[in-house]
Amino acid sequence: MKQFKGRVVTPGEVTCEAVVTTQGFNTLASLQMALQFGDKKVKCGDQNNQELYGKSLVGKALCLPQTIGSTTGGLVLYCACAMQRNPACMLFANHIDSLAAAGAVLADVWVDNVTMPVIDCLGEEFLNYVKDGMKITVKENGIVEVE
Amino acid sequence: MILTAKQQDILDGKSGETLAKVMKTLVMYGEAFEAEKLVPITSKYNHLVTSFGLKVMSPVYDLMQKLLDAGVCSEQKFSVDPRPLDDNVPANFLQNFVFKNFMYTKQDFYENQLKELGLMDENAFTCTCYMDEVGNKPKKGDVLSWAESSAVVYANSVLGARCNRNSGIIDIMGSIVGYVPYFGLLTDEGRKATWVIKVQTTKKPEAQLLGSAIGMKVMEDVPYVVGLDRWIGQELNDSACAYLKDFGAATASNGAVGLYHIENLTPEAKESGKDLIKEGAKEYIIDDAELQRVKDNYPVVWKNKDAKPKVCFVGCPHLSLEQLKTWTVNIERELKQNQKEKIVIPTVLTAAPKVLEQFKNTQYYARLQKTGVITSYICPLMYMNNPLCKKMPVITSSNKLRTYTSARYYTDEEILRAITGGNK
Repeated sequence: MKQFKGRVVTPGEVTCEAVVTTQGFNTLASLQMALQFGDKKVKCGDQNNQELYGKSLVGKALCLPQTIGSTTGGLVLYCACAMQRNPACMLFANHIDSLAAAGAVLADVWVDNVTMPVIDCLGEEFLNYVKDGMKITVKENGIVEVE
Repeated sequence: MILTAKQQDILDGKSGETLAKVMKTLVMYGEAFEAEKLVPITSKYNHLVTSFGLKVMSPVYDLMQKLLDAGVCSEQKFSVDPRPLDDNVPANFLQNFVFKNFMYTKQDFYENQLKELGLMDENAFTCTCYMDEVGNKPKKGDVLSWAESSAVVYANSVLGARCNRNSGIIDIMGSIVGYVPYFGLLTDEGRKATWVIKVQTTKKPEAQLLGSAIGMKVMEDVPYVVGLDRWIGQELNDSACAYLKDFGAATASNGAVGLYHIENLTPEAKESGKDLIKEGAKEYIIDDAELQRVKDNYPVVWKNKDAKPKVCFVGCPHLSLEQLKTWTVNIERELKQNQKEKIVIPTVLTAAPKVLEQFKNTQYYARLQKTGVITSYICPLMYMNNPLCKKMPVITSSNKLRTYTSARYYTDEEILRAITGGNK
């Protein structure tokens, strides 16, 4: 088991399984089709992301460097949360980007009964260490345990 | 974050619970970037990214309704991204049925919300709101609360305005309170380049391919591009602006670029030159081989990779008036060369409604119609984002459309050849 300390963007605690991308996560390309057509597993639809394409994202610890792509990204993430089709948490190796931050904050302020902890600045080592299927525990203070 | 007394009062709920939540959203958003303050928005108009009434996006419309019900609308009018539907665009019975009965069932409802929230006018639907014909063109130094990645990168880079890559919803929330958090691309420091891109190609690089290569390399960083002025000149004329529009959209969608500087061309690069480059900036050299490598690595997700294309989209982001004229001339020339009268693949050129209005007043419109090409104000991306269109072999010269859909990318020249029957 290894511990990483990050910065809390939106708080919360959760234990779940990791799904990992080492390239930028394109929120619109990844989530839109799944949300639009009721895919309960929310399989990643981004053909340009071979690490995630076709993998289920709902209820997982999405480990990523940052998000990229269209500025609808934040509202797509907000919708995923409002529809309870969101990752269980988002763990950023880098500083969070403006689109992901918007989605996380909108969900935190405007959606009741959904908690999606978001931690950033976990460092490159975090992304090098974590692999698909590993058990992730996120704590309130920004500690992330990977085993 | 240090707030003014007025801002603090709003946050404390003295102007109502809904406005307090709007302010809380902006404060939390700013705090994620260590913003120390909120600064006033100075642009005349806003621009929103959410233009589509998708049933699945109901949470967005519910939120908009909360704003309307609480009477917290913006005093700033706005343009918005393109409409997702247009009867001009080829669609079969099943597609039309799905579009109108399952997907965009909220379109009329949402457009009414937009009118109530402050839409500039009923034709203000385009991703290229900064075109002269549309009239939402911020001044250099204006502070914006825009979303739409291609418009933000254009406003920052070509017009010298200041705007972060805001998400949808955040765009209107900034406009409602009249402030945005001061961080990133709003600051002088955040506008400095951390990459130097050296363009060393032997011919003018394809805008959408060059932008893609840079976006994928620098991600959200600011690139300073050297050597491109050799190919597109040192004046921001129609041709250079159209090139930079397409280039920027590709940097923003294939990566997350919100600002670029082109040496000797874009306003801040002209003013400050290499002083814009941060110490220790990384370097990326782009030559013909690198562009070919990038293009060859695009995945092709068509089931049958040799399928005959059913539709071709050109104009994501929307075309300028000059681009519409150029495409007309080029299509006519190629058809003549290939001894054909009409295009051989249904082709849609997309542009802002007001640009199309102007285009229809020129002699080029009738000439383009004669070739069989369709013009539309649609958002090709919204048209393509469904399982029916996903199975369709669609070709495009838009790297943004390629990124978000199953459309296959070709250069402008390749597209021209394909649609005019030059690929034998």
